[in-house]
Amino acid sequence: MLWRAPLLIWQILFFVVPLFFLVYLSFWVVKNYRMTPALDPVNWIKMLSRDYFWSAYGLTLTMATVAALLVSLLAFPAAYTLAFKVSARVRQLAVFVLIIPFFTSYLVRIYAWQTLLAENGVINAFFSLLNLGPFTMLNTPIGTMVGYIALTLPLVVILQTISLANIDRSLVEAAHNLGCGKLRTILTVIIPLAKNGIIIGMVFCFILSFGDFVSPYYLGGSKPPTLSILIIDTTKAGQQWPKAAVVAITMIVTLFIVAIAAVAAAYKRPGTR
Amino acid sequence: MISFKSILLRCYVVLVFAVVFAPIIASFVFSFNSDRFPTVPLGSFTTHWYQQVISDSEFWEAFRNSAITAICTAIVATIIGFSAAYTDYRYQFFGKSVYLALGLLPPTIPLVIFGLAMLAWLSRLGMSGQSYSVFLAHVVMCTPFAMAIIRLRLSQMDESLEAAAWNLGASHWSALRHVVLPFVRPAIISALCLTAAVSFDEFAVAWFVSGLNKTVPVVVLEILQGQVDPRINAIGTFVFLTSMTLVVISQVFLLTRTTKS
Repeated sequence: MLWRAPLLIWQILFFVVPLFFLVYLSFWVVKNYRMTPALDPVNWIKMLSRDYFWSAYGLTLTMATVAALLVSLLAFPAAYTLAFKVSARVRQLAVFVLIIPFFTSYLVRIYAWQTLLAENGVINAFFSLLNLGPFTMLNTPIGTMVGYIALTLPLVVILQTISLANIDRSLVEAAHNLGCGKLRTILTVIIPLAKNGIIIGMVFCFILSFGDFVSPYYLGGSKPPTLSILIIDTTKAGQQWPKAAVVAITMIVTLFIVAIAAVAAAYKRPGTR
Repeated sequence: MISFKSILLRCYVVLVFAVVFAPIIASFVFSFNSDRFPTVPLGSFTTHWYQQVISDSEFWEAFRNSAITAICTAIVATIIGFSAAYTDYRYQFFGKSVYLALGLLPPTIPLVIFGLAMLAWLSRLGMSGQSYSVFLAHVVMCTPFAMAIIRLRLSQMDESLEAAAWNLGASHWSALRHVVLPFVRPAIISALCLTAAVSFDEFAVAWFVSGLNKTVPVVVLEILQGQVDPRINAIGTFVFLTSMTLVVISQVFLLTRTTKS
């Protein structure tokens, strides 16, 4: 019991209770810029009847879904190459190198992307050499997407590489020996075998993009706002914490549903449809 | 012979790495660039932005806050992480999966949400905006990492080793001190460094609860809200070197297991 206590005490006091307190907070009322404890559904009714809430919800859901699909698609050829075309040593080194970005400041990387993507930035300078552009990428959904990719691509490549590298090679060889083409082997043998890793990568990408506020704010221009920006704007604008809590809880519920659906899909037995 | 297709695939891998590392390299290069707005061709070489950062007392204040928070977080998160990992390794009990979920769940909650929950809860307790507020939150976020690293190391230990020490008359405590702790020491050092690095880089939750006791990432976030400012690149190089040192030490200690066993 002694060994169990530290984690239980800390995580309950500073993780579980704050999250439940957030639920309670969403029922408080704000009068004359002061929050008073209450059990009034007014914030929920107000928030869920606003168009701007639902458009932010739709935008965030769409952007995170697109990010999950796009990043998985971008990552796959790289993970495939790292898993099947290079030696184990190179693969280990590549995975180690891909961990580095997690320990560089995400803010500094986003700032760098801000200057790279700008109208007179490096990327447009490159396009002008080809007599193209300049393209407006900053403060558009493209900017937001670049940020999501920067945030999640390394992680998704790592997860896919590990799950692809764990595939039994003899199954792939068997497919080849039986006359299965390269592309068909990938689609009908390799991807189904690495399904769990691919789905987990997608889920992580979705969760991270769904909750991120830096990319939509500094690369996407914050307008129209995503849910995370809505939380920040509502929180920082005086005492509207209960409304921010409503947004936060809808986000957690959404993520919970997505995660459960994905785990169910990942561990569904083959053959049952 | 390497086919054309596999050359193409290799080029694609290089491209992916280029995209991932472009901002890191760009930030380093631009930190020495004289132009306020960085583009190509580059301006002249300068250490102006570094001098500005070094002579800024607000930065040093933030650095002090970050360092103290990171060190305290690392120590407490590693102690909690060890006790949780040891619990998982040694004991079976009712509700263990819930216990483990409690330990490993925090990284899946979006930072804005945890930040808001923490701000609301700590404000309620009158503990928001204090010098220790960020520390309280960072321990929650860092413990899972410490727990995972130490649990991995424990799983490489022969389970009968500790039992043998008991049979030979060692008390529970002395078996732990003389058998278990020496074995997991590399993982403990690794966990200390990694959790310190995570805490040192964390900006979102820190932004919500820090109040006036800003950490370095919070200062960066506030500079970012203003105009283009190359000081961020200089601070970025600084933070990068700190985190990388910690991560490399952490990896070196993690890898000792493969060389020794």
